[in-house]
Amino acid sequence: MEWEVVIGLEIHAQLATKSKIFSGASTQYGADANTQACAVDLGLPGVLPVFNEEALRMAVKFGLAIDAEIGKRSVFDRKNYFYPDSPKGYQTTQLHYPTVGMGHIDIELDNGETKRINVTRAHLEEDAGKSVHEGFDGMSGIDLNRAGTPLVEIVSEPELRTAKEAAAYFKKMHSIVTYLGICDGDLSQGSMRCDCNVSLRPKGQQEFGTRTEIKNVNSFRNVERAIESEIERQMDILEDGGKITQETRLYDADKNETRSMRSKEVENDYRYFPCPDLLPVIIDDDYIEAVRQTLPELPDAKRARFVADHGLSAVDAGVLSADRALADYFETAAKLAGDYKLAANWVQGDVSATLNRLEISIAELPVTAEQLGRLLTLIKDSTLNNGGAKEVFNALVEGKGDGTVECVDALVDSMGLKQVSDTGAIEAIVADVLANNPKLVEGYLATPVEKRGKAMGPFIGLTRKAAAGVNPQVVMEVLKKKLEELG
Amino acid sequence: MHNKTIAEISSDLAAGKYTSVEITEYLLDRIEQLDSTYNSFITVTRDEALAQAKAADEARAAGNAGPWTGVPIAHKDVFCTNGVLTTCGSKMLSNFVAPYDSTVAANFKAAGAVSLGKLNMDEFAMGSSNEKSFYGPVKNPWSQDRVPGGSSGGSAAAVAARLVPGATGTDTGGSIRQPASFCGVTGIKPTYGRVSRWGMIAYASSLDQGGPIAKTAEDAAMMLNVMASFDAKDSTCVDHEIPDYTATLNNSVEGLTIGLPKEYFRDDLSAEMKDQIRAAVAEYEKMGATVKEISLPNTHLAIPSYYVIAPAECSANLSRMDGVRFGYRCEDPEDVADLFKRSRGEGFGEEVKRRIMVGAYTLSAGFYDAYYKQAQQVRRLVKNDFVEAFKEVDVIMGPTAPTPAFKAGEKTDDPVAMYLEDIFTIALNLAGLPGMSIPCGQIDGLPVGLQIIGNYFDEARLLNLGHKFQQVTDWHQQTPADLA
Amino acid sequence: MALDQDQVRNIAELCRLQIDETQIADYQKNLSSILDLVDQLSAADTDGVEPMAHPLDAVQRLRADVVTEENQREHFQQIAPATDRGHYLVPRVVE
Repeated sequence: MEWEVVIGLEIHAQLATKSKIFSGASTQYGADANTQACAVDLGLPGVLPVFNEEALRMAVKFGLAIDAEIGKRSVFDRKNYFYPDSPKGYQTTQLHYPTVGMGHIDIELDNGETKRINVTRAHLEEDAGKSVHEGFDGMSGIDLNRAGTPLVEIVSEPELRTAKEAAAYFKKMHSIVTYLGICDGDLSQGSMRCDCNVSLRPKGQQEFGTRTEIKNVNSFRNVERAIESEIERQMDILEDGGKITQETRLYDADKNETRSMRSKEVENDYRYFPCPDLLPVIIDDDYIEAVRQTLPELPDAKRARFVADHGLSAVDAGVLSADRALADYFETAAKLAGDYKLAANWVQGDVSATLNRLEISIAELPVTAEQLGRLLTLIKDSTLNNGGAKEVFNALVEGKGDGTVECVDALVDSMGLKQVSDTGAIEAIVADVLANNPKLVEGYLATPVEKRGKAMGPFIGLTRKAAAGVNPQVVMEVLKKKLEELG
Repeated sequence: MHNKTIAEISSDLAAGKYTSVEITEYLLDRIEQLDSTYNSFITVTRDEALAQAKAADEARAAGNAGPWTGVPIAHKDVFCTNGVLTTCGSKMLSNFVAPYDSTVAANFKAAGAVSLGKLNMDEFAMGSSNEKSFYGPVKNPWSQDRVPGGSSGGSAAAVAARLVPGATGTDTGGSIRQPASFCGVTGIKPTYGRVSRWGMIAYASSLDQGGPIAKTAEDAAMMLNVMASFDAKDSTCVDHEIPDYTATLNNSVEGLTIGLPKEYFRDDLSAEMKDQIRAAVAEYEKMGATVKEISLPNTHLAIPSYYVIAPAECSANLSRMDGVRFGYRCEDPEDVADLFKRSRGEGFGEEVKRRIMVGAYTLSAGFYDAYYKQAQQVRRLVKNDFVEAFKEVDVIMGPTAPTPAFKAGEKTDDPVAMYLEDIFTIALNLAGLPGMSIPCGQIDGLPVGLQIIGNYFDEARLLNLGHKFQQVTDWHQQTPADLA
Repeated sequence: MALDQDQVRNIAELCRLQIDETQIADYQKNLSSILDLVDQLSAADTDGVEPMAHPLDAVQRLRADVVTEENQREHFQQIAPATDRGHYLVPRVVE
């Protein structure tokens, strides 16, 4: 049978506020256990929540970025469940009146087309604490530092059809929230986590099959792999005439398989009701417009601009606009050099390769955007050739610079990489090369005129070998002239 | 000495008639002597109280005294007091030394008051008889085989037994007014949001409100001056101008319109009770008020609505009592589920468990609309009754409770019979309106209370009316025979 | 609304309340009578009535995004049943 895959994602993004959603405790990651859990976060008897205005502003900003309806009246509800890392025995969330209603984003498919994915809603809620299972002598340790960190839970419509689409959607959301500066996007620290709802149905069937939910997947790659393995698992069961059990599963990246989560077996009755300690949150059009004014250029707009105004290919523009930090780096360098295409090649080439090799982020790259811009400018004005520029770039990566733009020029000098563009000097070198390689010259002269362009290659190589830093443009011209003189 | 009001103690201290340490010691000794009978205190903080009294006397000597400097009070054990056991009348919190102060406790500290200790109450403020405390029942000083009312029964009994001149209380469905009525003292539940709930252990968050219990309306006004504050830590606390409640105590009653709801004087209310209330209202007529019959047609729906909303809220509010971070924890839990179930099963009393279960049931899948949503809609109908009534009248009067104090054990086996005790008080909590109970007579030697209901934020008027009544009557000065 | 004993057990489980088997019948009786009381609500005509969650129909105040709380771990953990190196201890959590 032919099956259709139906995927919906719930993405939890931690909002980058300084303090928690309902208390004045810090949200900083990595503190000692329970040192950032105040009376409110601990759920001590008698404490009360007060809502953080920045969490609201960030959620509205997100809503505007995905063209969503903004809830002018949002209401916090209590979702009741007992768990040791849920200190109040309920999570404060938004059930019926979320701050962000129906919106949408576009994802790019492999075939270059875009697909619109609708976002059902994004609601504000509080994060839970963490249970630590190792090192407590058969007990679990509870750390409530994370409890009360503001989250937006972004719920997609079940419109994703492949694991690749799901990964692309997750990436796009990551791109949007980091562009907006409302989430640091650090997947390794759990700043964004994804629950994947997966089901299969016979192609053409209207109603959905039974779904499973894979909890807490925290990388783009794992979203794709987890969903793929879950699709396979479900397909095997269905092909064998079996039934899917609706359940929560965990993805084990080492084994590349999902497994049932025992602790969530009991179907919970969450008994939602409006939180009586909090009042409805009311915002007006002025508020929304003021937030709209703070929206930065978003990835889609940036990509379109890179194509339309600067002639980049759609693929290059997509890569260069996906991450805001990378896009800013690229555009700063491109503007300084006055050449977007050259900058695009460099950022996707040496810059990206270096980031991958050193496993660092663009912010950690020792070469600043201004330095790259200067390097590209020196290529443009023929002071450097490409090879020389690479050498300077690598020297900067190795920490040879001092962070200033000026040090780029200093390195070019000290490394002796300034390109020789003086025609007289090059003529002398070329004359030497021709004199020392009579057989090559013979071969060249025997080549039919229409194929001589290619046959010139060896002479260029030899010339550059004889003198590093010669301007290849000038070498070409001189060679052409000299060889023509010979016959 | 023990019959002195807060106002008298305040001026005596100012006049140097005695020191704060002297009256504090006097009352502490009296509590030690008498409270084994009433059981109104859970914790007496002798050392802290004397230290506070000493500090107050020093402040006075240094010229830094206000009206509250050195005046003794006590707190219902629902208010968190930093470093002092705060039990809420429950085994669950029998080891809970609060690590912070409630705003109410902090306000009294800042005013220079001396806290003598923590007062008994129905467990987690659920009850109308104070028979539901882990620390044992409280006895009514007027008749020891009778209940003091609840849930602030310890507060009302302690004031009635003259162990303390004033006490804090909380009122979720009548828990200040009904015990005040049963014990012959004055209590006021302010408008919802007037007194901060920060550090006041929640029973039902949208109904709970703190307020004073004292001998006189004047004392209650002085206490409310301290208790009422705008508190940014409580989202439901209202930023509304706070008057000096003592400034208008003597205002004229001339021209006042009093509404008497016909639903509060039905056939099942005893003739004696009707007579007492009518006689009290007649005092106001003598002062120039006029009376008008009104109707609050949804009165009968208040109790059913309350018994959906309050249990639902409490079922979630008490989920934090799980034996993990504070409070009672069962012995040797096998696993997390066992830890939760036994800690909660053993830590909570029966009435608390019942309400948690009722709340969970009415909120569970499929029942929400029929119970919770319907109860919230009815809640608005109940409120609208009052909104309509206050278009015609300035205040509403009636009995606080249908009867005087009933006998201990009389209603313990029948929770529903107990719930019906709150028929006249509960609607105010649903509506969020202020209400006061003042002693206005006796039936068979037991005090009964007149309830005065005001419009939103009209506490000053209620206190004014209470004070005027107490200028021409002496019900508030009467004490049980053995305490005279 | 009368509850049966299994319903009582299920609600107790949902609320994480250990209830002695010998008391189930008592709870069944009392919970049923409380539910009978609240069933009076169904007679009320509430068509078109906006549910009321708060007495004053007030609006949420917002708190500035400022860190105001300091570390009070030692203070708060003094009252905890069991802690180890800053963590609250519970029986092993199985995921």
